[in-house]
Amino acid sequence: MNTIAEKIKAGAILISDGAWGTFLQQMGLQPGECPESWNLKYPDKVLKIAQSYIDAGSDMIETNSFGGTSFKLSNFGLQDQVFELNKAAAEISRKAAGPNKHVLGSIGPTGKMLVMGDVSYEQLYEAFKEQALGLAAGGVDAIVIETMTDLEEAKAAVSASKENTNCEVICTMTFDKGPDGDFHTMMGVSPAEMVEQMVDAGAAILGANCGNGMENMIGIAAEIRKTNATIPLLIHANAGAPVYKNGETLFLETPEQMAGFVNELTSAGANIIGGCCGTTPDHIKQMAEVVKKMN
Amino acid sequence: MNTEELLTKLAECVEFGKVNKAAPFPPAMKGQDGADELAKLAVEMGIKPTDILNEALILAMDKVGDKFTQKKIFVPQMLIAAKAMNAAMAHLVPFFKSGEVKRKGTFIIGTVAGDLHDIGKNLVAMIVEGAGWEVIDLGVDVSAAKFKKCIQDNPTAIVGLSALLTTTMQSMQKIAAEIKAEFPDIKLIVGGAPVTDDFSKEIGATGYSSDPQGAVTLLNSLVA
Ligand code: B12
Ligand SMILES: [Zn+2]
Repeated sequence: MNTIAEKIKAGAILISDGAWGTFLQQMGLQPGECPESWNLKYPDKVLKIAQSYIDAGSDMIETNSFGGTSFKLSNFGLQDQVFELNKAAAEISRKAAGPNKHVLGSIGPTGKMLVMGDVSYEQLYEAFKEQALGLAAGGVDAIVIETMTDLEEAKAAVSASKENTNCEVICTMTFDKGPDGDFHTMMGVSPAEMVEQMVDAGAAILGANCGNGMENMIGIAAEIRKTNATIPLLIHANAGAPVYKNGETLFLETPEQMAGFVNELTSAGANIIGGCCGTTPDHIKQMAEVVKKMN
Repeated sequence: MNTEELLTKLAECVEFGKVNKAAPFPPAMKGQDGADELAKLAVEMGIKPTDILNEALILAMDKVGDKFTQKKIFVPQMLIAAKAMNAAMAHLVPFFKSGEVKRKGTFIIGTVAGDLHDIGKNLVAMIVEGAGWEVIDLGVDVSAAKFKKCIQDNPTAIVGLSALLTTTMQSMQKIAAEIKAEFPDIKLIVGGAPVTDDFSKEIGATGYSSDPQGAVTLLNSLVA
């Protein structure tokens, strides 16, 4: 199988998957319960999520391992099961994807802050390495480091994945729009800074996820493209901006509305399109149909 | 250095996060005295502690809060400024204890039960402290019982609740109700990304703010 980057260099637009967290909640994940624990407890339910995205037309799917570092798992007393939980996550998604579609091992932030001296760079590197090794052992062919806001933490995750596995490494960060219309992560990183540093650290694919709907993502994609015209670019938008109602967060953009932005997003430079919070297999299906007409 | 120059310099150290002489950050101030050394010097020179507080620390944190609200600076710059403020504040603690410097009031803050997010809560705590309040930070995952115990020990305090998850907004509602049942006159302010002004009214809170600077304005107005 060609790598994702090779397919993109050859001109393809690819579709990835949608939200996992909200899906798990629908299937009964309780507040305060560890999502990754389901990889061993209820592998069939996790498989169902993975399968539903493959059925919707995804060329690649993620794994249920966003909180799979020892730092996050220690909130649930599961810090000694990093390898097993991540390996299981990868095996489940691989089972759904089969040999011909890509599996991206998901790695999220640790929740520790380097600037405050909570942890050292080396501790972060080791934690990400441990997680990446579990994902690789379970059969992922790429690793997606996502929802990052701090450059140094992202760098630790990218380097740890690149130096200890044979996986293609993807890195996406979460940007907020400022009053002047420019984008920064909560830690102050601009899209341009992300591109410069993450390419050096070994990421083959870059992008943005979460925090924004398709409309803002078009602006972010354009900003990334200004800095780098060729790097493969992945965008996972939320289903619109969150609406808070009766103590619930709702993402209300419909599959049709999201699909309506796909042409503009690819024109702005995106090569891989999927979804984050609030997106469902139906959102992915409708976006895949637009992309099918392009390829 | 005269008093005015010293206080200006100290304010700069806090605003730009120069904690002490050894601190490498910010690079432009490398090797210079930081908030720690300058606050110590100010006390030794006999500058009134209230002047140090009002004309250097509060002034600086005010600017920091404004820049953060306008997204001119981000979380790291804010945290490092707060660290510098704390370094300076350490030299003023004896004067708070002796009662020579009066605080504007006491503020009890915590992230509600079930919620582990503390970055925003910490920023609010730091800016409120920088604005001249005594702050009691109960940490994260704080139960109604823990809030109530602390209110019992500090009956004139104003209470702040933080929540970052929709699930814990419900926890916020419960805790607010339990506190108000026992302390009907308590002033309670709420915040956190998903919390809105409407929601704060719905749960009977005294006020809401979307950022730390607003929290200070709100608190000051409640004791004015
Ligand atoms: C950092 C982060 C984490 C870190 C927290 C680290 C820490 N020490 O705090 C970690 C990785 C641990 C984490 C865990 C989780 N997180 Co989280 N996290 C975030 C993130 C990226 C940033 C939050 C933050 O710090 N913002 C910056 C601060 C400065 O802003 P703030 O907190 O809003 O505070 C400001 C104001 O609100 C206000 N304020 C705050 N408190 C108060 C109080 C008062 C009294 C006042 C007046 C004002 C006020 O002033 C602050 C300064 O301006 C957000 C996404 C986002 N961009 O918001 C998700 C987010 C909040 N997390 C989310 C989720 C789902 C989770 C998890 C459940 C994920 C999981 N499956 O593991 C867990 C829950 C753990 C738990 N039980 O709490 C969701 C919440 C969705 C929802 N609405 O319910 C978000 C929105 C991400 C998303 N889109 O899915 N998370
Ligand atoms: Zn998201």
